[in-house]
Amino acid sequence: MLLINCPWCGERDQTEFSCGGEAHITRPLDPDAVSDKAWGDYIFFRGNPKGWHYERWMHAHGCRRWFNALRHTVSDRFVATYKPGEPKPPLPEEDG
Amino acid sequence: MTQSHRRPAGGRINRSAPIVFTFNGKSYGGFEGDTLASALFANGVKVVGRSFKYHRPRGILSAGAEEPNALVQLEFGPHTEPNMRATTTELYDGLNANSQNCWPSVDFDLGAWTGMLGRLFPAGFYYKTFMWPPKLWMFYERIIRNAAGMGKIPEVHDPDRYEQQHAHCDVLVVGGGPAGIAAALAAGRSGARVIFADEQAEWGGALLSGAPDIDGQPALDWVAGAMAELTAMAEVTVIGRTTVTGYFDYNYLTALQRVTDHLGPNQGGHRPRQRFWKIRARQVVLATGSIERPLVFVNNDRPGVMLAGAVRAYINRYGVLPGRDIVVFTNNDSAYRTAMDAFGAGARVYVCDARKNPSGPLVVAAKELGITIYPNTVVTGTKGKKAVTGVIVRELTDDGRGVGPKAWSIDCDCVAVSGGWNPTVHLHSQSRGKMRFDDTLAAFVPASGVAINPNRSVGACNGTMYATDCLDEGARAGAEAAAVAGFGDGKAPSMPQSAGLAEEPLLPLWTVPSATTVSRAGKAFHELQNDSTVADIHLAAREGYESVEHLKRYTTTGMGTDQGKTSNVNALAVMADLRGVSIPQVGTTTFRPPYTPLTFGAIGGRNVKEFFAQERGTPMHPWHVDNGVVFEDVGDWKRPFYYPRPGEDMHAAVMRECVAVRTSVGLLDASTLGKIDIQGPDAAEFLDRIYTNAWNKLGHGKARYGLMLNEQGFIFDDGVTTRLSDNHFHMTTTTGGAARVINWLEEWLQTEWPDLKVYCTSVTDQWAVASVSGPRSRELMAELTDIDLDPQTFTHMTMREGKVAGVDARLYRISFTGELGFEINVPASYGLHLWETIMRLGAKYDICPYGTEAMHVLRAEKGYVIVGQDTDGTVTPMDAGMDWIVSKKKGDFIGCRSFARSDTARGGRKQLVGLLCDDPSFVIPEGAHLVDAIKPKPPMKTIGHVTSSYMSPNLKRSIALGLVEDGFARMGESLSIALHGGGSCRAIVTDPVFLDKKGERLHG
Repeated sequence: MLLINCPWCGERDQTEFSCGGEAHITRPLDPDAVSDKAWGDYIFFRGNPKGWHYERWMHAHGCRRWFNALRHTVSDRFVATYKPGEPKPPLPEEDG
Repeated sequence: MTQSHRRPAGGRINRSAPIVFTFNGKSYGGFEGDTLASALFANGVKVVGRSFKYHRPRGILSAGAEEPNALVQLEFGPHTEPNMRATTTELYDGLNANSQNCWPSVDFDLGAWTGMLGRLFPAGFYYKTFMWPPKLWMFYERIIRNAAGMGKIPEVHDPDRYEQQHAHCDVLVVGGGPAGIAAALAAGRSGARVIFADEQAEWGGALLSGAPDIDGQPALDWVAGAMAELTAMAEVTVIGRTTVTGYFDYNYLTALQRVTDHLGPNQGGHRPRQRFWKIRARQVVLATGSIERPLVFVNNDRPGVMLAGAVRAYINRYGVLPGRDIVVFTNNDSAYRTAMDAFGAGARVYVCDARKNPSGPLVVAAKELGITIYPNTVVTGTKGKKAVTGVIVRELTDDGRGVGPKAWSIDCDCVAVSGGWNPTVHLHSQSRGKMRFDDTLAAFVPASGVAINPNRSVGACNGTMYATDCLDEGARAGAEAAAVAGFGDGKAPSMPQSAGLAEEPLLPLWTVPSATTVSRAGKAFHELQNDSTVADIHLAAREGYESVEHLKRYTTTGMGTDQGKTSNVNALAVMADLRGVSIPQVGTTTFRPPYTPLTFGAIGGRNVKEFFAQERGTPMHPWHVDNGVVFEDVGDWKRPFYYPRPGEDMHAAVMRECVAVRTSVGLLDASTLGKIDIQGPDAAEFLDRIYTNAWNKLGHGKARYGLMLNEQGFIFDDGVTTRLSDNHFHMTTTTGGAARVINWLEEWLQTEWPDLKVYCTSVTDQWAVASVSGPRSRELMAELTDIDLDPQTFTHMTMREGKVAGVDARLYRISFTGELGFEINVPASYGLHLWETIMRLGAKYDICPYGTEAMHVLRAEKGYVIVGQDTDGTVTPMDAGMDWIVSKKKGDFIGCRSFARSDTARGGRKQLVGLLCDDPSFVIPEGAHLVDAIKPKPPMKTIGHVTSSYMSPNLKRSIALGLVEDGFARMGESLSIALHGGGSCRAIVTDPVFLDKKGERLHG
């Protein structure tokens, strides 16, 4: 079971969290101004990488706050968790 | 009760504590400290079970958790447990066990005919033979399961109590042998928090089976001293009888502690039967030991054929001599220790050693005792019926791949085999550690490298076999692990010396060559629990099941309750030989938790019965129960479904409740509706973005119905939201959607619009809600409250605060029935008082409590949708005929942009319409498909489906709602509906509002 470092609460068991999928997807500021394709990309399309993945988590059975994380989808290693609005940490050079 | 095979003295059993137990209905004697297996040996019981597939008699192979054969059904009734290993079941007074896989008895088993026809039952037999016709598989399977079977599960609720323990530590040490004890000492002395677990009742691991002195004293005296030191350390938790069963990510390990199993059923007092540990460890030291490999030869499954190390354990630890004439068959030096200990215990001992010229110190020592040793010799078969009476031996040919022509036999009642030792790498593998094949040991050992989960393997599980080396390696790892976790300087404390004799290299021997071809020779079992033979591996290879994962599934190798602890490596080696590749090229299967079987009781812990699935009741719940309600489960809630009167069935009760609401007054418990308190200067702006309609201009005390969409433009939830003040709203949601909606609101506020100052609080449980509905509801309310109910000012969709039934209340004029209605919200603790007061004062109006089914009928009469029933996640407001609630002026809101997507904007989408069946007495089943033409059998082209369907007593006919392609354009059309199981009906497409289209009742 993963051990996840909630940026507000600290390390907690995975069972306290829910995963919200890919992070850093921005809702178009003026939805009417974007094409159907761009809107379709926003609502339907997500990456599914084997490797490092920026993703959203929510401390559902804790502080109930959202945060972002950088996790490796094979090793399940987290290299960073950070609050919404904080900049993306850089991708680690090594794999896993 | 004579214990015929008990030695006159010795062993770690307590001879002053005799025990009486029953096996297969017969009474035997044993001692405290025995296992069921050692006690059976002491009494000369050889056959303890029948094999899974061929029903061959089987005895006890091992003395530990790896046991594949000696599985018993322990105890009776609620305490019964199948597949218990006799080798790890501690003996207690009154223990009662029975053999498995045999009928009518272990000595005379009718199923043995499968063994006689053995050649007809190769690997994959069941799949090949019973494939066709598919219809009959269920029948075949039942017979096969009965014939095979692995014991019986209890048929009544488990009466035992199980506990769970969450624990954190700096260093977890798994395994209580010399390496583990040294690691725990080193880590413990550093001051680190240490958890030290071992599966056995006694500490010492392999030392318990016999060991050279440590530090000039008997090894187990040293163990006792070390354990006393550890137990006295404040930060060290020592847990015996505890198997670490699983190793999960981020050093999360589970362990099963058998707290009172060794005392027998109902003897544990206040203590639980078992305790399940969930341990998060900064560092882990694995000292899990090793498991001996059997040698594979024809008829190697005959009772009396045992692992050499186990024979030694029975002699030294349990004071039992498993045989009086023992043939030790080995390819390595370790079995000579067994030979010497057996000789010392008075057995006649012969050693068959596959090696050409064994000459190490152990061999020399055995020779000096006068033990007969046959070098370059292998056992190629056994004699006997129910137990072994002799072995056939031959010499190996020069290349080691064949046997010579000369065969002779040795009479014996026990064959002690050793094919080398496999490090117990299970937990290492579960931790995602890699393995490498060590050619010296001819076994897989942990490979060094980056461990995803920080751990260190030490001792025999790391391929380190001598006690002295184990002590040093353990101490080093314990000190290092503690240092990484922040304790001590990482320097290993010095450990005592142990004077063991050195071993010479083994000769890998994966299958003993036979004098004839594998298929013609008798059965040579590499896998005892699932009755899988070397010939099965040959068959798998011939049929192309070469990969290790295919091999495993095709031959069922390693798929028993023992997970192939004694069989897997032998099977891999045979396949490697057949394919002409090395063993590591064949690979290994993945080791999966649990290491040994777990009880469901331990996994469940206290989370059983009402603690497993929680039930939520409203404040009025006791009244519903007292008044004969039938509940409906809605999420976790128990909601009143209907209130049958004596003699009424559900239909009669619901019809009566529906009529009462439209003619007089009804009362519904609406407390389960989701309720969210929304505050903040941007609350109205937030609602504008969340809902499809506009909220900015809503007046204080005014309520509005709202639809929530997802970004795809589909209906997601609905409810009525009321403005309490400029910055304060009270939102209601569907009962099932309450949690989903507040998560949704929080997600948008936190991740997309953190600039909005809005705060959401769930208040579902804080308010009790009674909904009074019907033409006489205002009369009733006038008796309950001093709030001015004047219909000119207190109009539909408004809220007033005041006293109701003497309690501070929010009174809403809203309705989900289409009747004049009031919803009374009071603090939850007053809910029951409110309900009882309404019922008392309502008696003169013949007030009728009604449940969710009547509510559904009443709302369907009005064409009100239920999100999730009439919508399914693909329905836009326009599809539902609710364009009126979608604001065209306010700008963007969630889902708005998707209305313009080509698929949502196209014509001919499924739209929500009313459906009136041609037969007014027939209620169309919900879910029935509307089709363009009825055909004798499917497929038929579906054009929609029925979402809601009821008998309406007020309309005196059946009504239905449905989603129909291009439904709005089909008004008045007659459509066909295919019914499940054949047959059809026809219905006319209508407006979904069946009753009071003008809303006169609602606004009355």
